[in-house]
Amino acid sequence: MRIGVFVCHCGSNIAGTVDCAKVAEIAKNFPDVVYADDPMYTCAEPGQAAIEAAIHEHKLDGVVVASCSPRMHEATFRRTVERAGLNRYMFEMANIREHVSWIGKEQQANTNKSAELVEIAVAKLRNNRPLAAKTFDVTKKTLIVGGGVAGIQAALDCAEGGIPVILVERESTIGGKMAKLDKTFPTVDCSACILGPKMVDVAQHPGITLYACAEIEEVSGYVGNFSVKIRKRATYIDWEKCTGCGACSEKCPSKKTPDVFNEFTGTTTAINIPFPQAIPKKAVINAQYCRQFTKGKCGVCAKVCPAGAIDYAMQDSFVTEEVGCIIAATGYELMDWTIYQEYGGGRYPDVITSLQYERLLSASGPTGGHIVRPSDGREPQTIVFIQCVGSRDNSIGRPYCSGFCCMYTAKQAILTKDHLPQSRSYVFYMDIRTPGKMYDEFSRRAVEEYGVEYIRGRVSAVYPDGLGRYVVMGADTLLGEPVEIRADMVVLAVGIEAAKNAPALAEKLRISYDKYGFFMESHVKLKPVETNTAGVFLAGVCQGAKDIPASVAQGSAAAAKALALFARDKLENDPQTAQVDARRCVGCGKCIRCCPFGAITETEIRNEKKAQVIETVCQGCGLCTSTCPQGAVQLSHATDNQILAEVNALCR
Amino acid sequence: MNYAYYPGCSAKGSSADYEKSTQAVCAVLGMNLVEIPGWNCCGSTPAHAVDTELSAALCSRNLDIAAQQGVEKLLTPCPSCLSNLRHTAKRMENPQFRARVDELLDNPAAPDFPGVTSVMQGMAAHCDANGIASFIRKDLGQLTLAPYYGCLMSRPADIMDFGDPENPTLMECLLAACGAKVLDFPLKTACCGASYGIPERTMTARLSARILRLATDMKADAIVAACPLCQMNLDLRQPQAAKEADAIFAMPVLYFTQIMGLAFGLSPDTLGLEKLRVSASALLDKLEPAPSISKTPVEGGQSCE
Amino acid sequence: MKNATDMSQRHDSGFTVEVGAQSGQKLSACYQCGNCTAGCPASFVYDRQVNQIMRGVQLGMKDEVLDSRAIWLCLSCSTCSLRCPNNIDVAAVMETLRHMARKENRVAVGNVEKFWFSFLNTVRAFGRSWEIGTMALYMMRSLRLFTDLDLAPEALKKQKLGFKPHVVAQGGASSVTRIFKRYKERAEREGVRP
Repeated sequence: MRIGVFVCHCGSNIAGTVDCAKVAEIAKNFPDVVYADDPMYTCAEPGQAAIEAAIHEHKLDGVVVASCSPRMHEATFRRTVERAGLNRYMFEMANIREHVSWIGKEQQANTNKSAELVEIAVAKLRNNRPLAAKTFDVTKKTLIVGGGVAGIQAALDCAEGGIPVILVERESTIGGKMAKLDKTFPTVDCSACILGPKMVDVAQHPGITLYACAEIEEVSGYVGNFSVKIRKRATYIDWEKCTGCGACSEKCPSKKTPDVFNEFTGTTTAINIPFPQAIPKKAVINAQYCRQFTKGKCGVCAKVCPAGAIDYAMQDSFVTEEVGCIIAATGYELMDWTIYQEYGGGRYPDVITSLQYERLLSASGPTGGHIVRPSDGREPQTIVFIQCVGSRDNSIGRPYCSGFCCMYTAKQAILTKDHLPQSRSYVFYMDIRTPGKMYDEFSRRAVEEYGVEYIRGRVSAVYPDGLGRYVVMGADTLLGEPVEIRADMVVLAVGIEAAKNAPALAEKLRISYDKYGFFMESHVKLKPVETNTAGVFLAGVCQGAKDIPASVAQGSAAAAKALALFARDKLENDPQTAQVDARRCVGCGKCIRCCPFGAITETEIRNEKKAQVIETVCQGCGLCTSTCPQGAVQLSHATDNQILAEVNALCR
Repeated sequence: MNYAYYPGCSAKGSSADYEKSTQAVCAVLGMNLVEIPGWNCCGSTPAHAVDTELSAALCSRNLDIAAQQGVEKLLTPCPSCLSNLRHTAKRMENPQFRARVDELLDNPAAPDFPGVTSVMQGMAAHCDANGIASFIRKDLGQLTLAPYYGCLMSRPADIMDFGDPENPTLMECLLAACGAKVLDFPLKTACCGASYGIPERTMTARLSARILRLATDMKADAIVAACPLCQMNLDLRQPQAAKEADAIFAMPVLYFTQIMGLAFGLSPDTLGLEKLRVSASALLDKLEPAPSISKTPVEGGQSCE
Repeated sequence: MKNATDMSQRHDSGFTVEVGAQSGQKLSACYQCGNCTAGCPASFVYDRQVNQIMRGVQLGMKDEVLDSRAIWLCLSCSTCSLRCPNNIDVAAVMETLRHMARKENRVAVGNVEKFWFSFLNTVRAFGRSWEIGTMALYMMRSLRLFTDLDLAPEALKKQKLGFKPHVVAQGGASSVTRIFKRYKERAEREGVRP
C-alpha cells in the first residue's frame, strides 16, 4: 500500500501543544507510509487540494488525516479522497484535537500520543477494503409527534411541500400550550386568533392525517423507511359519527370533572370538547369521572347524542403508518411547583400558576376573561408575580432558565392593568431576560406605561394573613432591604420541564436526551434540528426552552429537513454494515434476537439455517458481532482484524 | 416500656410545666422516661455560637453517658437540645473534628453514639393515632389550635429528620388524633426570636408578635408549642410582644403535651397549667366529656409517623 | 463624600477562601437573588443584609463583614439555608463569620456575646444552665440592670425560675468545668480568643 499522512495544525488548536511537524516526521517511518505533511488547516480548501494533489503525485491508495473528531470532518475528507479517485473508506482519521491537544498541556507527551494515534490509524487503514453503498427506496411521508404550534407549523410546511403528513397528538385536540394562552407577546395579539386558523388548516389540508388522543407505541425501521405503530386511545365516541354539536356535554350529569384544558381552574363535564376552537372538534369521555364507568349506570349522553356516536365499549386500537422521517415536537410541561412548601405547596387557592392565570385572562376560560380570585370570586386589587419558580434553582435540580417567563410575566402584568385599571401589580425578578426582537421594549413598557412595580429579588415565602389576603415576603436587593406585600393574589411563573414521557419516546425513536429529559440535537450550534438518528428531527420546546416564534421557526426548519430528505427518490445506505460468513454461521439465531433494528433474518442455505443481514436496515451498531459465539458476523470497516491491527500497533 | 431521656436544663427551670406534662402524658401512653445519670447542659445556642468544638464537647459528654448505658435511642423534649445533640453526632463522624473534641473531654467519647429523637416522634413511634385515640377522655372538638414547631425542630432537614422542613405535620396528626380542630398554621416553623429576648428585646418581641398576630387573626384558641424557649417568648413575653406590635393579645400558649393531657382527662394541676402566664381557663371551659370512648382501634387508622 | 470602592484594592481573596473552607460552602454559587434576606426574621435589625454579607464575602471585604452587627444578630434559624436556590448553607457562613470575628476580638454587638458568656458561665459552674444566674451575670456585665424587670413579678409568681441552680451530681459539674478549662487553655495556646 501507499499511504499519505496529513497532520493538521488546526491553527494553534493542535499546534499549540503538539509538534505537528515531528508527528509527520515520525509517521514517515510507519509501514506503507510514503508521504507525510503537516498543513495549517487541512479542512480548508487549500488543505483539501493538497491531499488531492498528493494522492495523484505520490500514487497514494490510502490517506490518514490527524486532526479533529471524525464527528466534525470525517465526511469532509471522505469526499476529498473520493474526488481524487479513491474509495471513501480508504481513509482514516486520528483525533489529535479533542483527544490530545485540548486536554493536555505538555507538548512532549502530546506529540508522542499524537504519533501513536497516527500509527493506530495507519495500522487500521492497511486492513481497510473499499466499500460500496447500496441504494434503497424512500417512503415520502412525514410523521410528526405532537400537535402544538411547532408540530402544526412543521405539518403545514411539509404538506404544502407536497409531502403527506401523519400528525399524532396525545390530547383530544391540537393546539398545545399556545391554545391555552390568552394573548401573546410582544404584540399582545390574541393567541386563539392567530393559532386558530393554522389549526383549521391542519384539519382541512388533504395532505395531513390527524390522529388525536393517540400516542406512539412502537417505532422500527430506519431513515426513509420507518414503520410506526400508533395507539389510538379509547375516546368512547365514534369520531366518524360525532359532529361536535356539544349536546352530550350539556346534559352530562358529572359536572365536577377536573378541567384539564383550563389547568384545573374550573370543572367541566365527564364528556366534553375542551374548547370551542378544538381541532378535531370531537367529544371525549373521561372514564375516571363518567358515571357510566364509575357507577355502571347513566347513559345520558348515549340517549341525547343525535348521531348515535357514543360507544362505551370502545377499546384502544392500533394503526401502523409507514413513513420516511419523523419529527418530534412533544413540547413541555410545567414543573410540579407544589414542592415549594414556602409558597403553600398548592394549599392556598389564590396562589396560582401563570398558565392558570392565562385561563383566567382568556375570554373562553372559566371566568369568561374576568380576573377573580379562585377562593372567593372577588377581583384582586394587588397582584404579585413571582418569577423563576422552578427555574434557575439548583436546590431542586433545575439550574436552567425557562426562557420565556420574563416576557409572559410582563405581558400578564400589562393585561392585568387592562382588565383591572385600579389594580397594582408587582413582579419579583432576579434578572430580566428579554433578548428577542421588540422584547426588551415590551418589558420596559410594563414598567414605564403600565406602572408595574418590578422588584429585584426572590420571594422567600407566601402565606395567608388570616384576614383573606396573602403576605409575600421578598427582598429588594437594589434597595438592600427585605420587603413585604399584602397581596390578593399571587401568580407563579412556573418553570418548564420536559414532557413526562419524553425519555420513553426518545428511546423508541433511538435519540438521545439530556438529564432533564430534553431531546438532544445533533450539534448544539450547527445541527439544532437534526438528531443523531438519521431521519429523526426536532421542533419546539422538546429540544429545550424556547418561545412561540422560535418554536415556529424550528417547526419550519424541521419541515425543510424533511423536504430536503425527500427531494431524492433513493437514499444510499452506509456500507458499514454487518456481514455474515455463512461458512462459520451455525444458525443459532442469537444475532437475530439481539438486533435492535430487526435487520437480521433467517435464511436457508443447502437446508441449513443461516443468518442474513438486510444491509439497508442494518445500522452498523455491532451488537451482533459481539454476540455471535462463532465470530461469524463481522462489521465492515470495524472487523476483528482491523481492530486487532489497531491494538497491535498500540501495544507494540 | 422504658425510654432513655434527656430532659434539658429548662425542664428543671422555666419549662417545668413542659416536663410535668410530658411525664404525665408519656405515663398514660405507657412510656416510662428514665433520665440518663449525670447529664449536663448541651450548651444551647451560646455554645455553638461561640465555638463548635466547645458545643460538641458538652453534647458528646451526654451522648457518651447514654452510650455507656447501652442506650439505643435517647428522647428529648427540647428542639434546641435535639438540634445540638444531632449536630454533634454528625460532626463527630469527622475524625479530625472528633480528635479536637476528645482533647476537651475527660475521656475520649464512645465511638458510636445512640440516636436522639424528639419526645414527639418517640410518642408517634410508640403508638399510632388509633392508640392515642383510645386514651381520649375529653372532647377537644371545640378547640381550634395553631400548631407551632419553631425554627429548630424541622431543620436542617438532613440533620433533624422531622418531615418536610417547611411543613412538618406530626404535631397536627397528634392533635387531630386528640380530637381538636387543627389550623394549617403558616408560621409554624417561623423563628420566635430565640434567646435574643434578653440582649435584643425588640427583635424577639416583634418576631413573637408576628406569630401571635397571625394566630389571633386565624381565630385560634391557643398556640401549641413544642419548644421551651418558643413557649416562653410567646407566653411570658406576650405583653412585650403586644407592646411592640401596639396590639392586645390574649393567646394561651400551651405545650402539645398539655393539650394531649387535657384530652386524656388529666387534671390541669398534673399538666402544670398554672405556670402559664396567659391563662388556659377559656380552653378548659370548652372541653366536654368525650361522647364515646373507643376501646378498640379503628380499622385502617393511620400512623402519625 | 464617600469615594467609589476600589474593587482591585478591596479584594482579599484569602478571606474569601478561608470563609469557604471553614464553612464548607461554595460561595461563588451565590447569584445574589436575595432569598436569604427575604426570609431572614432578623433582617430588620441588621446593618447589612444577609445577601450583602454574602456579597462582601465574595469580594473579600473582610473588615466590612467581620465588623458588621448582622453576624451577631443572626438567630441561627437557618431559614436562609433552607430556601437558598443554590444549596448554600448561609447560616453556616454566618456562624463561621461570627467565629472568625470572635477569635479576632471583633465584637460589634457586645451585649449578645455578654449574654452568651453569662449563660455559659452558669454551665461551667454547675454543669447545667441556670436562668436567674444567667440574668444576674448578664445585668452586671451589660450594666443593663433593668433587663426584663417587667417580667420578674409574673415569673416569680408562677415560680418559672429556680432560685437554686441545678448542680449535676456525681462529679458531673466538675467534669463540665474541666471541659471549659481545657477549652480556654487550648485557645490561649493557639493564640485565639476563647
